[in-house]
Amino acid sequence: MAVPQTRSMGLPLINLLRLKGAPILQQLHLEERLLRTSYDNWCIINDGTTKRTVVMGVSGKAEELLEIDSVLRDEIPVIRRFTGGTVIVDQGTIFVTFVCNKDAFPDLQSYPQPIMSWSSLIYKKVFQGIGDFSLRENDYVLGNRKFGGNAQSITKTRWVHHTSFLWDYEVSNMGYLKLPKRAPDYRQARDHLDFICRMKDHIPRSNFIERTIDAVGSHFVLRSVDPEASQSPLSSKFEPSSRLLKREELEEAIFNSRSRGACAASASQAS
Amino acid sequence: MASRLLWATRAASFLRISVPYRGFATVIKDLKYADSHEWVKVEGNSATIGITDHAQDHLGDVVYVELPDEGAEVTQGAGFGAVESVKATSDINSPVSGKVIEVNTKLNDSPGLVNASPYENGWIIKVEIKNADELNCLMDPDQYCKFCEEEDAKH
Repeated sequence: MAVPQTRSMGLPLINLLRLKGAPILQQLHLEERLLRTSYDNWCIINDGTTKRTVVMGVSGKAEELLEIDSVLRDEIPVIRRFTGGTVIVDQGTIFVTFVCNKDAFPDLQSYPQPIMSWSSLIYKKVFQGIGDFSLRENDYVLGNRKFGGNAQSITKTRWVHHTSFLWDYEVSNMGYLKLPKRAPDYRQARDHLDFICRMKDHIPRSNFIERTIDAVGSHFVLRSVDPEASQSPLSSKFEPSSRLLKREELEEAIFNSRSRGACAASASQAS
Repeated sequence: MASRLLWATRAASFLRISVPYRGFATVIKDLKYADSHEWVKVEGNSATIGITDHAQDHLGDVVYVELPDEGAEVTQGAGFGAVESVKATSDINSPVSGKVIEVNTKLNDSPGLVNASPYENGWIIKVEIKNADELNCLMDPDQYCKFCEEEDAKH
C-alpha cells in the first residue's frame, strides 16, 4: 500500500480548495467532516456565501446574541456551528479555513492562542505594505477596527481554524446582532459600526485571495483540488453537528427570555 | 538553577501546591494522566475524570462544557465531550474505557469551575471502568510533569 505523502521540501502538504458562493452550512459540514475523517491538511477559501445568514457558536444563546424578533420577521436563517463565536455572513464575506494535523507543525501547541498566533503570521504577510494589520485577542484588525473574526475546533490530533473576513457588509445586517455580553477589551463598548471596518477599503477582493494563497504557500506546499475531491464517499457515516435552527427554537428563545425578564421584574418589585 | 527549579516544582506539585510561575502547571499525586491532558482518579471500579491544570491554563476561560449522557460508553483515547473557551471548542478525551455513571451538572451553570478547580470541583464525568489494565498506558504524576515541561519547552 502506498504511504500518502505528507511533506515535501520540508514543508507540510496542504490541499487548497477554492469555492465561490457556497452556502455557509455546506461549508461548515465540509469543514467538520474533513476535521473528523480526513488525514490531510486543507485550506478552504469560500469567496462569499449566497444567502445572508446568522451563525452562532456551539453554546450561543439566541436570546443573548440576536435581535430575534427582527431575525424572525426578515426570515434570516440561523445556524449553530461546531466552533465558537457569532457572525452574520453574506456575499460580502470571504471565508478562509485551515484544517490541519497537529503534527503538520510539531512546534505548534494545539491550543487556541498558539494556533491564533500562527494564523496571524499568514495574514501579516498578506497585509504587508497594505494596512496596519495585527491580531487583537481573537480578532484580526486594521488599526483598532475588526475586519476578521476567528473560531476554532481542536481534537486530539487535528484542528480547524476558520475566519470570516468582512470584505464588505450591509449596515442593516448589524441590526440583527446584539452587543455581546462577552466582548474583547479593545472593543471598549463601541457599537458594531464603530468597531468593524470593510476590507474593500484597503485591498481589492481578488488581490486579497491571491495574496492569501501566496502567504499560505510560504508555510505549506499547495496542492489545488477540485471540489469533487473533498466529497465524502457514499459509505461515510459521519454526521456533522452544525445545523440550521428551527423557527420554533427561536420563538422558544424569545418566550424564555421574556419569562425570565418578567420573573426578574416581579422579584425586584417584591423586594 | 534549572535543576533546582525543576526539583522545587516537582516537590510543590507532589505536595499539591500551585507554583507561582505559571510556566509549570499543578500536578496532583495519586492521579493518572493522559497525553491529551486529562486526569483520572481511580477508586475501586470507578474513575473520576477531568482536564488538567496545564490544559485549563492553555485553553483560557471555559464558557461551556458539553457533557455526555449518563449511561453513554466512553473509549480510552476517544472524545466524549468538549469544552468551549472563547471561540474555540476542544475535545475532551477519555483516559479509560467504561460507562458514564455520573456527570458534573454544576458545570452547566458554572463552567468556570474547570478553570478554578480542575482537579476537584471542576471534575467532568465519573465512569465505571471496563478494563483496569488500560491504566498502565497512562502517565504517573512525575511522567506527566516532565511531559508538560517538554511540551512547553518546545514552544
